Amino acid sequence: MLFPLSRNVGSDNRVVVTGAGVVTALGAGWNINAAGFRAGKTAMRPVTLFDVSRQRTKIAAEIDLPEHLPPTQLAAKKVQRLNRASKMLLLAAHEAWTRSGWQLEENLPVVLGTTSGEMSLGQEYLRQAIGAPGVFKKQATRVVHYQAQRQALDLCDAFDFCGPMTIISNACASGANAIGHAFEQIKNGRAEKVLAGGYDALCHLTFAGFDSLQALAPTPCRPFDVERNGLTLGEGAAVLTLENFTSAQKRGAEILGEISGYGAATDTHHLTQPHPDGNAALASMNAACAVAKISPEQIDYLNAHGTATPQNDATESAAINRWAGAHAKNLPVSSTKASIGHLLGAAGAVEAVVCLMALRGQWLPPEISLDKIDPVCRFPVVREPTDAKIETALSNSFGFGGANATLIFRRWA
Amino acid sequence: MSGIFVHGLGAVSPAGWGVAALREALKKNEPLPVQILARPGWQKNLSVRSVPQPPARPAFLAHPRLRRAGTMSQHTVAAALEALGEDAAQVQSGARRLGVIVCMMAGGVAYSRRFYEEVLRDPATASPLIFPETVFNAPASHLGAYLNSPMVNYTLVGDDGTFLLGVVLAADWLDNGQVDGCIVVGTEEVDWIVADALRLFRRATIYGGGAGALYFKKNPAAAVGLSAITDSFPFTQTQNRAAAARKMRSQLGDGARDELLCDSETEDSAGHGWSGARLSPKTIFGEAFVASAAWQCVAACDAIRQENFPAARVSIVGANQQAVGARFERNQIL
Repeated sequence: MLFPLSRNVGSDNRVVVTGAGVVTALGAGWNINAAGFRAGKTAMRPVTLFDVSRQRTKIAAEIDLPEHLPPTQLAAKKVQRLNRASKMLLLAAHEAWTRSGWQLEENLPVVLGTTSGEMSLGQEYLRQAIGAPGVFKKQATRVVHYQAQRQALDLCDAFDFCGPMTIISNACASGANAIGHAFEQIKNGRAEKVLAGGYDALCHLTFAGFDSLQALAPTPCRPFDVERNGLTLGEGAAVLTLENFTSAQKRGAEILGEISGYGAATDTHHLTQPHPDGNAALASMNAACAVAKISPEQIDYLNAHGTATPQNDATESAAINRWAGAHAKNLPVSSTKASIGHLLGAAGAVEAVVCLMALRGQWLPPEISLDKIDPVCRFPVVREPTDAKIETALSNSFGFGGANATLIFRRWA
Repeated sequence: MSGIFVHGLGAVSPAGWGVAALREALKKNEPLPVQILARPGWQKNLSVRSVPQPPARPAFLAHPRLRRAGTMSQHTVAAALEALGEDAAQVQSGARRLGVIVCMMAGGVAYSRRFYEEVLRDPATASPLIFPETVFNAPASHLGAYLNSPMVNYTLVGDDGTFLLGVVLAADWLDNGQVDGCIVVGTEEVDWIVADALRLFRRATIYGGGAGALYFKKNPAAAVGLSAITDSFPFTQTQNRAAAARKMRSQLGDGARDELLCDSETEDSAGHGWSGARLSPKTIFGEAFVASAAWQCVAACDAIRQENFPAARVSIVGANQQAVGARFERNQIL
């Protein structure tokens, strides 16, 4: 039963990550992404997925998907029907699942974040419904497969589990909210294990939407640069296997890191713009620190939301300055969107994996493209590949609608 | 009784604005009249059940965030405010911490369709005013802004059963002490694109729109309490829809003969042998996915509040994801 709420595995559990999978424009898999983020590689290029000739911006961080997916329990017929977002999600999930060493779980909860599911199919449906109103070929399939619950069900079928599937769509904070919700489930004893992550694929509707807002940069984005001129869209997925520490310890699992804090807050200022004071971002970071029982001085690296829009970076900088206080001048900050663009519903999940990589490898991901740091930043922005001793990392994710989320990670030694 | 209580109900449905209109339509037990919706480029029209105009323009529409918002956001806010009652003012003043959970399947399709039509015409001139309203969490954001609520605010996406997952999340937040109250809204809006899509699967089913809301608190001073929510049984390649529904009903149990069943039967679906009293909102209002699930729960709680039944069960066999059920009962403490 989902209710009354279970609390059968303690009430203040430590939450560890025993598996992680990631797909970005840097490549598919932990190793290639770790190498790319560590070096500060950038993966933006001209868009090929749809026509951008009438858009102001013509670049994005597209993924080259492999020709074949790794084998799973998913029937061959279903594999043939998978589209871009589903494939990314399955690739990331397969890596996480394999690395975790998890066996079949009868009632495994799944928490996913996405902003648009398989929206490219929704677009095709509408195009045909308008352009050829009497033709219904493939329309039913498009309706079924564009919806986010289809990708979640495909995930269940691929690994042969069935449990409650929670799909959070809090705009660009969705991935962080998904991991945060999974964290709370384990911490509060509702579940022993949860599969969580985020995914989003590039599609014309979203691209044109951000372009209409004049939020897209014509050149690769430069978060926290004084002359930043907007964001670059990307696509990808990341999946984490979250587990109660006792469970992971009992089965001798390799632990990639610990999630120690999660906070969320809502900015009621405007549907697309943050309040200039950054109150909600501040509340979100404070809430995560309270859960982790640490102070800002104990954070060694901050992975910023850092979209490179003038408003976001100014607001986030103001919030970080206020939150960190005197510690700001010693707090290395970077936005890995400089490497892979803004992954929307996947951003928080991918950036969670980046934090785990940095903590395990003891390095800081740089922004190579940064030219001149905005003087509003009272913190150092990481600009070149850097080895560092870091024990704790914080990741921010903010979204349309005022969704703010913060996750805190600890190195597992 | 588990310690989570229903402190308010709200509904905007094809029957009208308010729980009273929903109750009356269910009492008559006759399918509501349909409206005709043109499907561009096609000679045949579509039949839908839309929400009628409100008797008077709701005052909340004067809020700057809601002036341009779509019908989905308007219905979401209206249902939520009805459920919150006087507590809305306490939330606005900062005296009460409110969690907001808005659940949906199709989302803001009217604006999404309009925006993409503009993109197809010429992406260079697509409206920046419309795009933000296409995002799934726009209604939840507008509601949070209207209530001036800085607390947790989630939008959940999925089929009908997602509403009960939202209720579980609310119970979780209340139990953790994150919030003092939590509003859960199920919402969908009518547009020809969804009615057209539904016709591909169930030709006889009429698409409807609107919203339903439940307001939860831990305070036991309420007539109705939440007593159970079953597991969510997904429709997978090893567990089809019928098997998932059977498992859910088995876990939900048969219940006492004096209990009410609020189920998700549609005009074109078969019954499942419940011998007691039964309400099937979809047969009256049409198929409105997550909003339908919300109306089932509102109807169940309202029937207990009206002292027509001591308890009510909600059986939801969703459109394409899961089967999940719930039980509400009269609060004996009160």
